[in-house]
Amino acid sequence: MKLISLTIAGLPCQVQEGITVAAALSASGQDHCRISVSQQPRAAFCGMGVCQECRVIIDGIQRLACQTLCQGGMKIERSGNK
Amino acid sequence: MNNVRCEVLIIGAGPAGMAAALAASESQKHIVMLDDNPRPGGQIWRDGPAAVLPTLAQFYRQAITALDNVTLLSGTKVVAQSGPQQLLYENDKGCGTIDYQRLILCCGARELLLPFPGWTLPGVTGAGGLQAQIKNGLSLQGERVVIAGSGPLLLAVADSVTQAGGKVTLLAEQASVTSLARFASGLWHWPEKVRQSLRLMNRHYRANSYVLEAQGQQRLTAVRVQQGGKVRTIDCSRLACGFGLVANIELAMLMGCRIENAAIAVDDMQQTSITNLYAAGECTGVGGSELALAEGAIAGYAASGNIASARALLEKRSKWQRFAAAVSQTFVLNPRLKTLGTADTFLCRCEDVSLGQISRHKGWTAAKLNSRCGMGACQGKICATAARYLLDWPLPQPRVPLTPVRLETLVNLTPQPPKDIN
Ligand SMILES: Cc1cc2nc3c(=O)[nH]c(=O)nc-3n(C[C@H](O)[C@H](O)[C@H](O)COP(=O)(O)OP(=O)(O)OC[C@H]3O[C@@H](n4cnc5c(N)ncnc54)[C@H](O)[C@@H]3O)c2cc1C
Ligand code: FES
Repeated sequence: MKLISLTIAGLPCQVQEGITVAAALSASGQDHCRISVSQQPRAAFCGMGVCQECRVIIDGIQRLACQTLCQGGMKIERSGNK
Repeated sequence: MNNVRCEVLIIGAGPAGMAAALAASESQKHIVMLDDNPRPGGQIWRDGPAAVLPTLAQFYRQAITALDNVTLLSGTKVVAQSGPQQLLYENDKGCGTIDYQRLILCCGARELLLPFPGWTLPGVTGAGGLQAQIKNGLSLQGERVVIAGSGPLLLAVADSVTQAGGKVTLLAEQASVTSLARFASGLWHWPEKVRQSLRLMNRHYRANSYVLEAQGQQRLTAVRVQQGGKVRTIDCSRLACGFGLVANIELAMLMGCRIENAAIAVDDMQQTSITNLYAAGECTGVGGSELALAEGAIAGYAASGNIASARALLEKRSKWQRFAAAVSQTFVLNPRLKTLGTADTFLCRCEDVSLGQISRHKGWTAAKLNSRCGMGACQGKICATAARYLLDWPLPQPRVPLTPVRLETLVNLTPQPPKDIN
């Protein structure tokens, strides 16, 4: 099993190569991805690119955590209500 | 911009798309297959660090990789129709158009996700959604998981949960014992399915059961379920809910295809109401991977002009159509599920619009104008599908782009504005 290093909300962590950003967020102990219009935490829901609940900012670009594979050096930030 | 041209374009690399590509490739035509997931396989053959692909899936993947007239574009979404016989796509490298002569839609299906109190809490996911995450590397070591909803997919999900180290504490199936028994007694028609169900049977499976509420403050801690005549509260860290599947028809609606029974209408050769446009797999009606494979191959042959080979598969397709009919009869949803949500349960998760806010309106237009329901990031793919079931509102006509895109992609949809006004 190969490990890769990335950061989640500024904190360095190591994850297994090949996993999605959604799985990495969940493994970090805090699976929420964004804050909703009424300020509630939301996490990946449909798991398949449909609901858009899992949108996060990866290296400055908004992407879906459930359809993005982790890459070494990625900077993952949870997103606010955008 | 990276513009592409091909003879046959296939949208979706699930079982239907892969079978279509393989069949069409025999004609030596140039084929492009495009899919939004990072790896091919669709919903059922989702590859990942925690997935072991069945032999059949490996066969299709290897066969397609070996073909030099098939190009697979993974991690790529179709976002709009940008001209006659031309679609606009976006991926992380940029965007572009694809010109095609024949198009085969193999867009598959998604889960029907219904609102109930607490369904927006982290820890609550779609049933197939949890399975997808497990295959993509989510570990459930030490977690207690409740699975609820309807249909054979729940059993497959329970199997994935166990393999990921989780403990399934309840598998609540809303269908009645009588309809499940009727289904089981007819299963011998499809011996493959008997073997599969025996392997997947779970001792926590309960009929006549459904979720009432997900509880927790910032995250799920317990669920309340109706189990036969009793109400139980069960501690858990995950609730995976799926109420059956619904066809992905947005792209087809955008292109003007005739829709029938909430799926793309096709003829014997899988052709839609539009010339040169075919559709196969679950976007033409939910029916499982075997049916998707048969339909995909028929569409691939038909779209590449090999009608004889397409005809040879009609009997196989009928066999799995009969299975699909038996499944849909068994797992008809109990109307009680329409009343799970309360007035303050959100229907629209993107814009946080409650059921109370929307049910006073007559239809989509009024609801959208007054509440922004259905106008958020998912473009109504979750709430409009739920409202179709809850309120009998037909899906609104999809808007372009089909999914949120970058500005650079959007610009390619509209004519360029003049550079200087004065
Ligand atoms: C979440 C989920 C999990 C499932 N798990 C199982 C299981 O474990 N076992 C089982 O027997 N059945 C399972 N099923 C049933 C399954 O849908 C079918 O058996 C089979 O996958 C259908 O094949 P298909 O090719 O028609 O569609 P799919 O497999 O759904 O493939 C369609 C593909 O097209 C892509 N797509 C759609 N629209 C676009 C677009 N605009 N741009 C780019 N790409 C697009 C989708 O993301 C997907 O990858 C599952 C279904 C769902 C929804
Ligand atoms: S979880 Fe629904 S889009 Fe990612």
